[in-house]
Amino acid sequence: MKRNFLAGILASVMGLSLLAGCGSGGKNTGASAETPAPTATAAAPATAAPQKTPAPLPEEDSPKTERALANEITIGIAQDFDSLDPHHMTAAGTKEVMFNVYEGLVKPSSDGELIPAVASEVSKSEDGLTYTFTLRPDVKFHNGDPVTMDDVVYSIERRRNGEDAEAKLAALDIISSLTPDADGRTLTVTLSEPSNEFLAYVMNAYIIPAEYSLLETAPVGTGPYKFVSRAAQDNLVLERFADYWGTPGKLDKVTYKILENSEGLVLGLQSGALDLVAHLAADQTRQLSIADFDIAQGSMNLVQALYLNNAEKPFDDVRVRQALCYAIDKQMVIDLAFDGYGIPLGTSMFPSFGKYYDQSLTDYYSYDPAAAKALLAEAGYPDGFDMTITVPSNYAPHVNTAEVLVELLREVGINVTVLPVDWSTWLSDVYGARQFQSTITGLTSDNMTARKLLERFGSDAGNNFTNYSNEEYDRILSEAITETDDAEQTAMYRLLERNLTENAANVYLQDMADLVAVRHGLTGLDFYPLYVLDVSTLYWA
Amino acid sequence: MKYALKRVGMLLVTMLLVSFLTFLAFQLVSGDPVRTMLGTEATEAQIAALRSELGLDRPFFVRYFDWLCGFFTGNLGTSFSYRQPVWDLISSKLEITLLLSLISFILITVTSIPLGVLSYQWVGGPMDWVRTAFNQLCMAVPPFFTGILISWFFGIALRVFTPGDFPGLHTNPAGALRYLFFAAVCLSIPRAAMTVRMMRSTVISEMNKAYVRTAISRGNDRRTVLMAHVLKNSLVSVVTFLGQTMAELVGGSVVVEQVFGIPGLGRLLVTSISHRDYPVVQTLVVILAFWVVLAGTLADLVNQYIDPRLRLGGAV
Amino acid sequence: MRKRINGYLLAGLFLTAALLLMTLVGAFHTPYSPTAMSGADKFLPPSLAHLFGTDNFGRDIFSRVLKGTGTTLTIALATVLIGAVVGTCVGAVTGYFGGLADDILMRLNDALTAFPSILLALLIIGLVGPGKYNVVLALGIVFIPSFARVTRTAFAALRDVNYITSARLMGAGSARILLVHALPNTLRTLLPALTIGFNNAVLAEASMSFLGIGVTPPDASLGYMLSEAQGMFTAAPWYAVCTGSVIALLVFGVGLIGEGMQALDREVD
Repeated sequence: MKRNFLAGILASVMGLSLLAGCGSGGKNTGASAETPAPTATAAAPATAAPQKTPAPLPEEDSPKTERALANEITIGIAQDFDSLDPHHMTAAGTKEVMFNVYEGLVKPSSDGELIPAVASEVSKSEDGLTYTFTLRPDVKFHNGDPVTMDDVVYSIERRRNGEDAEAKLAALDIISSLTPDADGRTLTVTLSEPSNEFLAYVMNAYIIPAEYSLLETAPVGTGPYKFVSRAAQDNLVLERFADYWGTPGKLDKVTYKILENSEGLVLGLQSGALDLVAHLAADQTRQLSIADFDIAQGSMNLVQALYLNNAEKPFDDVRVRQALCYAIDKQMVIDLAFDGYGIPLGTSMFPSFGKYYDQSLTDYYSYDPAAAKALLAEAGYPDGFDMTITVPSNYAPHVNTAEVLVELLREVGINVTVLPVDWSTWLSDVYGARQFQSTITGLTSDNMTARKLLERFGSDAGNNFTNYSNEEYDRILSEAITETDDAEQTAMYRLLERNLTENAANVYLQDMADLVAVRHGLTGLDFYPLYVLDVSTLYWA
Repeated sequence: MKYALKRVGMLLVTMLLVSFLTFLAFQLVSGDPVRTMLGTEATEAQIAALRSELGLDRPFFVRYFDWLCGFFTGNLGTSFSYRQPVWDLISSKLEITLLLSLISFILITVTSIPLGVLSYQWVGGPMDWVRTAFNQLCMAVPPFFTGILISWFFGIALRVFTPGDFPGLHTNPAGALRYLFFAAVCLSIPRAAMTVRMMRSTVISEMNKAYVRTAISRGNDRRTVLMAHVLKNSLVSVVTFLGQTMAELVGGSVVVEQVFGIPGLGRLLVTSISHRDYPVVQTLVVILAFWVVLAGTLADLVNQYIDPRLRLGGAV
Repeated sequence: MRKRINGYLLAGLFLTAALLLMTLVGAFHTPYSPTAMSGADKFLPPSLAHLFGTDNFGRDIFSRVLKGTGTTLTIALATVLIGAVVGTCVGAVTGYFGGLADDILMRLNDALTAFPSILLALLIIGLVGPGKYNVVLALGIVFIPSFARVTRTAFAALRDVNYITSARLMGAGSARILLVHALPNTLRTLLPALTIGFNNAVLAEASMSFLGIGVTPPDASLGYMLSEAQGMFTAAPWYAVCTGSVIALLVFGVGLIGEGMQALDREVD
C-alpha cells in the first residue's frame, strides 16, 4: 500500500511538510492512511452542490473485460502532448500523463506534500539558504542505467542555465551553486536568498539521463511507468517499470487515447474503448450508465474567474469591477453551466491550499443587482456599457460560463459580446500582449505553491496579464516571498487574497469540479491537489 | 503531350500560389507558434530565444523562400508541436485519410449513378415525392450529426465497431477498414444525395433535347435511348461533379475524423492550424492542393474517354 | 406533366414561406426569451409548455429555433448572394472577354478551389475572427470559385451565339450585352447552382460551428445548435431531432423550389 510506504519515509522528511507549499491541509476530507478509499474527495465543497458519491462496486456481477483480464487500461484524454521532454512540456494535459514517467528529486503526494523521490532525504539549513539532497542509492532509469550524480546535476543545470531556452525555469535562478560531494551521494544547493518554495521549484527539475538527446521520441525517466510508444494524435502507451525504486504500479500497461471531440470521449466510454476519462463536464456524465461507470468527484484545483484587464476602460475603475462582482451570482453560474458541481471562490486561492485559503472572502460580494446598478451609476455608467469576453474556444466549460455571464450582466444593463478565439490566439493576444477587455480562464498552481497564485498580480510580474496594480499589494508581496517564518508568511498571503477581493481585481467564480468516469471494477483512483492522474495506484478489483 | 505539359505547369502554379497564400495568411493571422510551444509560463527572453532558434525572426520572404527550397529538396522541416520531421508525422496519416476518401468515393459512385438513373425513371411516379424528400434530407444533415447517429446505432447499440478505438491500419487492417467504412458512410451521404439530384436533373434535361425526341419519335425504345445516348452524355457532367467530390472528400474528412476519432490528416490539419504549426500546415496544404488538381485532371481524362470530342478542344 | 411539376414549386414556396413567416414572427416574438436560462428547467422533454423541450441551460428550444432559423437563413442567403454576385462577375469577365484577365483570374480561382473549403474557412476566420458576419464573409469567399466556374462556361458559350454577335454589331456596349443579353441566359445554369449553394451553405455553417469557428453566443444558428445537441444526444435527444428537422425542412423547401424552377425552365424549351 502506497500510503504505508509513505508513512515509512515520512520520518526522514519531517521538515518537508512544513516547507511544502501546499501544506498538510491540502485535503479537508478524504482518505487517511487507515482508510484507503477508492475515490477521495479532494476538497469538501462548502456549498449545497449535489454530491455524487461513487456507487459501491458490484465487482462480482460485472464480467471482467478483455483489458481487465490482461491487466491493462485505456484512458481517454482530450488533447495531444505538447512535448515529451519533461523540461519542455508546458501543457497541463501533458504533465498530467508524464507525471507517471518522470520524477524530480522530490515529488508531490496525493496529500499535497512533497515527498522524496530520486533523493531519499532532504535537509535545510537554519538560515534557509542551503539544501542538502541525499541521492537514493537504488534508483534506475527506464533504460536500465542507474541514476548518478552527473544525471542529477545535468538535469537541474539544464533547467537553470538557459542554454536550452525552452527548458529554462526562471524560478531556479535563486540557485547560486550546486555542489556534489566527492563520493557522488549528496548534493548541496546554495540559494542566493531564502525561499520557502524552493523544493516546489526543484520538483519540476525532472531527472533525466545526462546528455540524453532522444527525450522527444524515446523519453527516459525514473517513474513507475515507462514510455513504450506514441502515435501523434492517436495514442501513447506506457508500461509498468519493473525496476522502480518505490511501490511499483499495479497495471501492466496503460494506453492513453487522444480524442479531441468531447462527445468522442463519451462515446468511447460507452462503446468500451475507454476505461477512464477525467475532467468530464456534468452534462457528459449524465450520458453514462450508472451500471457501467462510477463518477468520482474531485476538484480541478484552479481559480476560474472572469479576469478583467484592470488597465482597460471601464475596468480601471474599482467601482465598475465591484459592480460586476455584485452582478454575478457564482452559485447560479455553477448551477447552470456545471450542474451544481464546483466550489464558489471569492479570491485567487482554492480550498486545497488549506491554511492559505480564506473561506470568508467567498461571500464578500453577495449577489445584489441593485448594488451593482448603484455602483455603475456612481462610476458614470447608469445605463451600463458594452464589453467583450474573450474565451478560449477549445474549452467548452469556459464558453458555457461566458454564456451564463451574458445573461447575468444583461440584468444590470451591461451588454456582453462573447469572442471565442483559439488557444494560440488567446495566448498571444490575451495572455501575452494583454489586448483584451475580459476573459474567462482557470489559473492553476502547477508547483503546488500558494505563491504561484498570488505572485502574478504583482504590478511588475511578467505574467500579470490582468494588469492589476496596487501599491499595497506589491509591498506585502515583496515581504511575503522572502519571509522564512511560515505563520507570518501565511498571514501575509491571506492579506494578499483579501486585497484582491476588496479591490475586485477580477470576478472570482469557482474551483471547478473534476468529474472522472471510472469503469466498474477499476479502483484505486487518488486525487491530487495538482493536475495529475497517478495511474500507479489503479488496479482492476 | 502538350496537354500533359500544360497540366503539370498549371499544377505547379496552383501549388505555388496556394503555399504562398497560406504562408501569407499565417503571417497576418494572430497567434504565435512560439508562445503556443512555451505556454503560460514563458518569459519574454525565452520567447525571443526560441523564436530565433526556430528562425522565425527572419523576414517573411526569406522564410518563405527557405521553406520553398526545403520543399523542393525534400526537406519538409520539423513540426513545432510534434517535434518530429513533418513527413514522418504525415505519412501514416496520409494513408488513413486517402483510404477513407477512397472508400467514400466508391460508395458515392456505386450508389449515386444507378440511383440517379432510377430516379429519372421514377419521375412523376407516386413515390417520387417521398424519394425526393428522402434525398433532400440526406443532403441536409451535416456529417458530424450522421456521425453521431451511426456511432450510436452501429457502435453502441449493435456493437459492430468500437467508436473511439481505431485499430492500427497495419496491425489490424480488417478492423481498420470496417471502422473506416462507417466513417465513410457518413462522409458520403450528403455528397451521394447531391450527385443523385444532379444526375437526375441532367438526365431530365438531356431527355428533353431534340435528338432524344427525334430518336424516340422514330420509334426507338425510350429505355434504349436512355442507356445508349442520354446516359453517356449526362455522364460528362456527373464525372466532373464526382471529380469535385473527390477533391472535397479530403477536406470533408476533417469533421468526420473528429467525430470518429480517426488519426488522419483532417484532424492534424485542424490542430496544426490552431497551434500555428506552419511546417505541417504548409505541407498539408500543398498535398491537398495537389490532390484537388489531380482529381480535376482525372475527371477530365475520364470525360475525354467518354466523349472523344472533348479531346480536340483540349478543354481545361 | 405540367401540374405535377408546378406542384414541386408550389410545395417549395409554401414550405419556405411558412418557415419565413415563422422566422419573421420569431424576430418579434418568441414564447420565451431564447437566451433566458433556468436551472430548474434543464433538459425538459417536449411538452405543451416547451414544444421542443429545453436544453442544458434550461432554455426553451422552440424559441431558440425560431431565432436560430433567422440566423441560419441570413447566413445562408448572404453567403450565396456574395458567392453568386462576385462569382458571376468573375465568370462574366473571364468567360466573355477571355485573354489575360481570364488567365490570371482563373489561376487565382484554381488556387482558391485547391483549398478544401473547410481549410479556407479556417484560415479566413483566423484572419478576421469569429462571429456571424465573418462567417458570411468566409463562406462567401469559399463559394465564389464554384459560381465563377459555372457562369464562366455559360458566358463563354454565349460569346459567339448569333444574337450576341448581332447585338455587338448593332453597337451595344460590352456591359449592356452582358447584362441585358447574356445574363438572363446564364440564369438557367445559375439557378440550380443557387439552390445547391444554399444547401451547401447551411451544411458548411454547421460544420464551422462544430469546429468552433461559427457564430458566437448569444447568437445561435441552427447549425450551432445542432453541434451543441450532438454533445448531449442521450441526455436530450429531442434537441437534436427538433433542430435537425428544421434544418432539413429549410433545405428541403429551397430544394423543392429549385426542382420546380428547373422543371419550369424545361417547359419553356
